Amino acid sequence: MIKILFYFFALILIFAATRVVTVRNPVHAALFLILAFFSSAAVWLLLHAEFLAIALILVYVGAVMVLFLFVIMMLDVNLVRLREGFTRYLPVGILVSALILLQMVLVLRYWNTTEVIATTMVEIPNTTLLGMALYTTYLYPFEIAAAILLVAMIAAITLTMRARRSNKYQKPEQQVNVRRADRVRLVKMLPESRD
Amino acid sequence: MPVLSDFLILGAVLFSVSVAGIFLNRKNLIVLLMCIELMLLAVNMNFIAFSHFNNDIAGQIFVFFILTVAAAESAIGLAILVVLFRNKNTINVDDLDSMKG
Repeated sequence: MIKILFYFFALILIFAATRVVTVRNPVHAALFLILAFFSSAAVWLLLHAEFLAIALILVYVGAVMVLFLFVIMMLDVNLVRLREGFTRYLPVGILVSALILLQMVLVLRYWNTTEVIATTMVEIPNTTLLGMALYTTYLYPFEIAAAILLVAMIAAITLTMRARRSNKYQKPEQQVNVRRADRVRLVKMLPESRD
Repeated sequence: MPVLSDFLILGAVLFSVSVAGIFLNRKNLIVLLMCIELMLLAVNMNFIAFSHFNNDIAGQIFVFFILTVAAAESAIGLAILVVLFRNKNTINVDDLDSMKG
């Protein structure tokens, strides 16, 4: 039963991945990529990686793909020019990818595995297990990951932020170059009496 | 239950499909980014398969970090893409030759 499920989801995954790279419209490519993420999350569920499967859907389908779709729809791209050369690169693309696939499958076939069988599933839930490893052994890498996310957020904001015209801000170069004569004017006048 | 090599071959097929996608869509920067996401997904598939069949949680921890870095990478990549489109009005790789590389 699990084998049937595995092949079902694997076929959907490979179909969706093929459509991502061949489809004409980038919006459709993004939607097929969402399908690919969903079916690979299902495959991960078969491998008892529940937390990561849910995280894949939440992070990728919920955030990253929405970002992709947002950018695609915001940019007004010329699709015809982007497609030229597709058939020209088709043979070399298929050749290179077939070679890579052949190498990987050859390694897997002649690799002396004696087919590792998953040993007894531990009773601890997957999320608990992950959390116990993440917050003890891998605490420092976890903090570094948080720092990477912060840096990425700041970088994305500073890259895309445009200062509005109505904003008033200082111009330091003019402030530094200012001279006394520009600001202060001494006038000569007679002293006036107090009354 | 499928064996380990089934999952590894699935990851290999996914990886090679996305390599082919990089060759086919070498003009379109957005689809190139999507192909990179697919490649990372294939790598994650291998990590989780090894983690399950070796009964070692370290593989899943690595997938966690790969997801983090991939999210950061696509956020910065798309930000660069938006700035690029704003300045040059194109995302065609052939038009991005101002550095004469």
